[in-house]
Amino acid sequence: MNKLDRNERLVKLALLVLAFSAVAVLAVITVFIFSEGTPIMFRHGLGKFLFGSDWYPSENSFGLLPMIVGSLFVTFGALVIGVPLGLACAIFLTEFSSPRLRRVLKPVIELLAGIPSVVYGFIGVVILVPFIRTTLGGPGLSVLAASIILGIMILPTIISISIDSLQAVPRSYREGSIALGTTRWQTTRMVMVPAARSGIIASIVLGMGRAIGETMAVIMVAGNAVAIPGSPLSPVRTLTSNIALEMGYASGEHRQALFATGVILFIIIMILNTIATASSRRKGGKGKNSR
Amino acid sequence: MNTMARKTLASAMALLFALSASCSRGPAGRQLTVAGSTSVQPFADRWAEVFMEKHPGLAVNVQGGGSSAGIQAAKSGAAQIGMSSRELKLDEMDLTEIVVARDGLAVIVHPASPLRNLTLQEVKSVFSGEIRNWKILTGQDREIDVVTREEGSGTRGAFQELVMGKGKRISNRAIVEDSNGTVREIVSNDPFSIGYISLGLVNDRVRALSLDGVTASEDTILKNEYPLVRPFLFLTRGPAAGPAREFIDFVLSPEGQDLIRQEGLIPVTAGSPPSGSERRHE
Repeated sequence: MNKLDRNERLVKLALLVLAFSAVAVLAVITVFIFSEGTPIMFRHGLGKFLFGSDWYPSENSFGLLPMIVGSLFVTFGALVIGVPLGLACAIFLTEFSSPRLRRVLKPVIELLAGIPSVVYGFIGVVILVPFIRTTLGGPGLSVLAASIILGIMILPTIISISIDSLQAVPRSYREGSIALGTTRWQTTRMVMVPAARSGIIASIVLGMGRAIGETMAVIMVAGNAVAIPGSPLSPVRTLTSNIALEMGYASGEHRQALFATGVILFIIIMILNTIATASSRRKGGKGKNSR
Repeated sequence: MNTMARKTLASAMALLFALSASCSRGPAGRQLTVAGSTSVQPFADRWAEVFMEKHPGLAVNVQGGGSSAGIQAAKSGAAQIGMSSRELKLDEMDLTEIVVARDGLAVIVHPASPLRNLTLQEVKSVFSGEIRNWKILTGQDREIDVVTREEGSGTRGAFQELVMGKGKRISNRAIVEDSNGTVREIVSNDPFSIGYISLGLVNDRVRALSLDGVTASEDTILKNEYPLVRPFLFLTRGPAAGPAREFIDFVLSPEGQDLIRQEGLIPVTAGSPPSGSERRHE
């Protein structure tokens, strides 16, 4: 008995150490990025950093506004494309398709998440970019191309989490609604989707996080110009691309400015993460009450 | 949630690795680390390959990272030899520089473009964004898709210095790509684009323009007629000694210079002795 007890304690301790080591890595990274990135922001002035539109590191001019705006544009574009498609797909698979079709389609959609981003980028460059250039004009490398590619990349996140939350809605809700004589679509629209709302919002926020953090595919199709894009057909640079593009060559203040880019990205992603956590927590609470 | 945390972590790790890579020191002994410009790297690889065949006891380790990283590495001692494809900046002048080759910069357009020649002034106006439409250059009423390299790139640095000069910036509306190869890829696919790459990398999928009426070729560069020529530099902290000296001597030897000529680079003029091209800044 005593031996078992000791084993139990040992296992617990070992797991605790392992769990903390993961957190420690995160802490080290956070401290590191902030200590490298924040001094230069204050040295040049936070306002200039966040709202300056000139990014010429060789002339010590570090304005991140085009990249911040670029990240937001591209992410917004990805949501405009990904959310309706993803939701439609999730609703179809939970409410309208036969279970057999769902068993086939859901794993296939989740497979989308397993395709490396460089492959998405390559397909974008080879097929999408020339298509945009010849049909819509402009250089092809554009906000639009990046949005479409990212919109497809966030589909699996949105679809699978939305499906989970739609399926988590208690059966009685649907049955009650149908018993009142509503059609399937009315039930979906007025009962199921509102009941699963917090989960669906969480899926969108997570998709947004994926879109804002994606780098490789965006570098390949966005054109990376450091100007605030004037139209969906203009090239654009995101925060992540800014770091990845110039990291290899940067030294001195330029490198610190890239860390500062990382700080801003970090803050944006933390905010998104908090929203996602908050909205999924609300869902948990609701679920308990209803049961 | 979980994937997002992982994502944050992954990008942060990438930053960490970049830093640790730039700090790591090569092991001591009969080992030579050459690091820096990705434009010089393929040629340094070729030199190292042949050099190691002749000096079996000496391992030459060629790494990329970019001109700035190479200069940094030479300064810190992380690499015995740094490679740069741009001239040193003022605060980098404490290194000894050796010109090991020269490279032409070609201004390239799509092969289907009617354009054959531009003046340097026109190239400058196109890249600075003063000329935005092909109309006055070729008669086509279509916006120019300017393609440039990222900040910090040696190729961009050389282009800035040779074409744009001090006062003019490359337009921030220009598309930015992070290698010679991707610039060439984009220009070869877009009939309305213009870019610049290393002359040695021009192939039949793009057309190199003649500048001020001078075609871009080894011939015109050797005759000092072609205007866009940049040096490829080896940098050492103090005069090169030991394995670094041996390697540099090989690189500057007729055999070493012949190797890179086959690869499309311009040898440093045969007339001047190897040590004559060595400059020490104080």
